[in-house]
Amino acid sequence: MLGCVKEIYLDYASTALPHPAGVQAAAEAATALFADPSRLYGPARRARIALDAARTAVAEAIGARPEEIVFTSGGTESCNLAIAGGARAARAARKPPRVVVSAVEHTAVLEAARALEADGFEVIVVPVDNAGTVDLGALRSALERGAGLVSLQQANNEIGTVQPVAEAARLARAAGALVHTDACMTVGNIPVSVTALGVDLLSASAHKFGGPRGVGFLWVRRGVRVRPVLLGDDRERHRRAGIENLPAIVGMAAALTARAGEIDGEIPRLHAMAEELRAGLVKAIPDLQIHGHPSERLPGLVSFSVLYVDGESLLLGLDAKGIAVHSGSSCTSSTSEPSHVLAAAGALTQGSIRVSLGRESTPEDVAEFLDALPPLVERQRRVARLDAEALARAEKEVR
Amino acid sequence: MRPDRITLDCLGEVCPMPVVRLSKVVAGAAPGTIVEVLSDDEGAKVDIPVWCRMKGQEFVGEEGRPRGWSFLVRVAKTP
Repeated sequence: MLGCVKEIYLDYASTALPHPAGVQAAAEAATALFADPSRLYGPARRARIALDAARTAVAEAIGARPEEIVFTSGGTESCNLAIAGGARAARAARKPPRVVVSAVEHTAVLEAARALEADGFEVIVVPVDNAGTVDLGALRSALERGAGLVSLQQANNEIGTVQPVAEAARLARAAGALVHTDACMTVGNIPVSVTALGVDLLSASAHKFGGPRGVGFLWVRRGVRVRPVLLGDDRERHRRAGIENLPAIVGMAAALTARAGEIDGEIPRLHAMAEELRAGLVKAIPDLQIHGHPSERLPGLVSFSVLYVDGESLLLGLDAKGIAVHSGSSCTSSTSEPSHVLAAAGALTQGSIRVSLGRESTPEDVAEFLDALPPLVERQRRVARLDAEALARAEKEVR
Repeated sequence: MRPDRITLDCLGEVCPMPVVRLSKVVAGAAPGTIVEVLSDDEGAKVDIPVWCRMKGQEFVGEEGRPRGWSFLVRVAKTP
């Protein structure tokens, strides 16, 4: 097997391996359902029927009504529409021009909120604790003067912490605000019910659960208004212009339906593998910090940092062994800042690694990772120690 | 060089070096010594207080400088 490295994909939180059900449905739709569903002829009617069926399937998966689903190009567009469209509609309804978000939201939420500042909105960022959980007391204070919109993710993409969305939503709605949850990490991966969450808007992205890339949806509770961001025609009930990406939408619906039938079995399996991984890491590597909430967290996500090590170098070392993971460090790229999520949670940013397991991950993958990492850490720590000694010597010479 | 205060110039060094050097100096310093780290690394800004918490050292505070920050750590014990 010279020159042949087995590839181990442990980055489901960036994008999940494509689900076969979604791939097949999307491929078939790409040719069979080419027509514009808004036209009045046979192929168009077939496309319309498929679009309606996909809408119903997606709605059912989160306990919603079909007419409440707005198809989008993915999580970023959904979050942008929820924040910009929700806050603007709330202001038009004479609610305070104030948006409240948590410090660990995805940049698709944070940047959309910041952009509203130029338009006269005030943005309040609510801190999190060391587990990455939003501070509900600080949220309550932020809501004292009222707000138009509150946005809190259902689960964090970097450290996996699941947020108390239902409690936050109760506080926000009592203050008269609309509530958005970014559920990109949860829909299709853990059970999600819009009624249990008690929110008004929910964003989801297909590629995070094995559906196609470039498609997602925003759920808009009946009676709630959002100002469209994409303008043009009257599709998606005037909430999102542009021809529907039907093959991707059909693929998303098929993948989501398939996931609904398999996640009950998958969740305990992922939790067990993640637990194995955490225990193995703590045992093998001293000075290691595990991130996220100890119990309220996504099943397959393990986020940790290793002291005295550069995370990006670890990624390269792992990549050389065919292992794909992600890092929240920015040691080698001196222009970028460390992860805003780790910083907000007061977590160690150096040597950060995120391992995210999914549908096709196995205990063997976990074992390979646990074999590969400790020697890389040890070597890097040795190099760092030598560098530090060299720098100390150089400084003495200068004096 | 005063024995009760050590300044570590880490300007221009990227993570994890400021923390690696801090840990080395603290390991060889007497309890009560103040170690001042000069750094312009955004990662160090987060990691130095976290390191203090992990290692039972006292993070005294930080101060903005024309270039980067000055972080003060009081040696509580030898790690």
